[in-house]
Amino acid sequence: MYHYDEFDHAFVRERVAQFRDQVDRRLAGQLTEDEFRPLRLRNGLYLQLHAYMLRIAIPYGVLSPRQLRQLSMIGRKWDRGYGHFTTRTNLQYHWIKLVDVPDILSALADVEMHCIQTSGNSFRNVTADPFAGAAVDELEDPRPWCEVIRQWSTVHPEFSWLPRKFKFAITGAAEDRAAVPFHDIGLKIVKGPNSENGFRVFVGGGMGRTPYLGLEIRPFLEKRHLLSYIESILRVYNLYGRRDNLNKARIKILVNQLGIDKFREEVEADWAASPRKDTIDLPESELLRIQSYFAPPDLVPGPIVDEKVEQRRIIDPVFANWLKNNVRPHRVPGHCIVVIALKQPGRTPGDASSEEMELVADLAERYSRNELRVNYTQNLVLPHVARADLVTIYDELVRAGLAVGNNDLLGDMICCPGLDYCNLANARSIPIAKEIAKRFEDPKHQELIGPLRLNISGCINACGHHHAGNIGILGVDKKGTELYQISLGGSPKDDAAIGTIIGPGFRAEAVPQAIDTIIETYLANRTDGEDFLAMWRRVGSAPFKEALYGAV
Amino acid sequence: MPSVVTANRLTDGIVVYLATDGSWTEDIVHARLANTEEETKALEAEAADAVKARKVVAVYPTEVALHDGAVDPLSVRERIRASHRTTLTEDWYDVPL
Repeated sequence: MYHYDEFDHAFVRERVAQFRDQVDRRLAGQLTEDEFRPLRLRNGLYLQLHAYMLRIAIPYGVLSPRQLRQLSMIGRKWDRGYGHFTTRTNLQYHWIKLVDVPDILSALADVEMHCIQTSGNSFRNVTADPFAGAAVDELEDPRPWCEVIRQWSTVHPEFSWLPRKFKFAITGAAEDRAAVPFHDIGLKIVKGPNSENGFRVFVGGGMGRTPYLGLEIRPFLEKRHLLSYIESILRVYNLYGRRDNLNKARIKILVNQLGIDKFREEVEADWAASPRKDTIDLPESELLRIQSYFAPPDLVPGPIVDEKVEQRRIIDPVFANWLKNNVRPHRVPGHCIVVIALKQPGRTPGDASSEEMELVADLAERYSRNELRVNYTQNLVLPHVARADLVTIYDELVRAGLAVGNNDLLGDMICCPGLDYCNLANARSIPIAKEIAKRFEDPKHQELIGPLRLNISGCINACGHHHAGNIGILGVDKKGTELYQISLGGSPKDDAAIGTIIGPGFRAEAVPQAIDTIIETYLANRTDGEDFLAMWRRVGSAPFKEALYGAV
Repeated sequence: MPSVVTANRLTDGIVVYLATDGSWTEDIVHARLANTEEETKALEAEAADAVKARKVVAVYPTEVALHDGAVDPLSVRERIRASHRTTLTEDWYDVPL
């Protein structure tokens, strides 16, 4: 992974000192709340429902065990002993004291972490394939490019006051595991006309109040021109993006109002006219320097079958279930990728206690070459595990209550903090997730249902990705009552789609039964091997509407 | 409908209520009730002074119900705020679905 150089260390330390001074001035009365708010938001500090919330950047979801241990320590020392992994692969602490924040930022700087640009109308954390550098279907590791974008976008002087926040996603794999079409700019590494790698560029995707899938602006961009080209996209957005209406300020609105052809024309004209292209694009030597941080670990290929694993699989169906759903193939034979699901029934999706963070850090250190990832479905990933270590890892996860084998099944719900924590929320999402988890607790039933993405947001801002759920749940406030709209048919994958609202909303207590009805309708109508999305696309909304609302 | 005035404490952000003794309390049962518009305005004026004194931020009045003399927040949001709870533990549904 990337390590700070002298400049990075000095820059982050300077920001900590600046914020310490800003907090001191706020507490001394030299800054009003109105003056202080934009300063704290630039450092990821929100005032939420119960307390201050601090959002810590985990760049493109990559963590070291040392960093996770520090996060564990911060949770224990300055919060209530747990944190919440988000769909932007960041970590939030929800019970932070303002007076402690300078010390927390300093503790983060000790392990090369910070909270810069985790809030406000700035470039946010880049989403990457959580299996980067390990996946069997990868054309090129996207992490060096994520790091290039991170460095380019950090306090970029021209784009420090964008109309609205801005999010990138990059994948170098055949399968989209980063929800690329739902980002302001989505990049897929693809083969070009001369078999060289480059970027397929999408623009204008996003969720929120007005969801759009990103549109292709360029089928192939030479890698060396990445920065100058995205600067041109940002320049057009910065110039024409709406600043008069918060709800129309994202680039997706501009792209769809102008039309992708006109938007492309503007970008290409700016790019062609850019006099500084050569100075903006990254020199080859700098790219090589950054790439050197992401050299693959020297894994020794081994047998693809491990006797201990096979024996355990035969005698222990729960282990077999975990193996099937949470263990993924690795490009080096004899190795695999392990998804640690933070989705045990009864817990808040994405929450991890300080003890659990320490355990996972230990596992990464001992069994995954000091590497860890956070994925946007709010789970943790050990990317480089020897197959021979799987049984040991599983047993440790069982002891910690982290061995649930529901990755990518119904129980693997995405869930935002909702009204339990968030000032923007209209309704609770965590209790809904917990009640659904309780109803579908039986792993055999989840297996029978098969792959299913169920996403829950507590407001229209869609942090819980409800638009991209095969089943999406959106909490709204209707005259003081929490009401939940259900949408069907969304997908965050290569066949990306925005879900369709199926009908009138449900009161909170009726949601689990409604989900049950949807699942029973799917099971009754599917053909052999047909997953939920395929069945929805074949039959449409009619049987679901009838089951939920009666004959029309 | 009676009201109380709530805010977040500046130093730690914890939810507080303007109390009967003029202090800020984390426990809504000790919140001072305003039964008229004038009384609510008086509470807000007192709270505005506390903002200037850097005790609290994000002040607003919120309506409550009284059950056997005990203050009960009306909205789900305010009941959650008043409970100061975490969600890490299982079965914590103190605000029922």
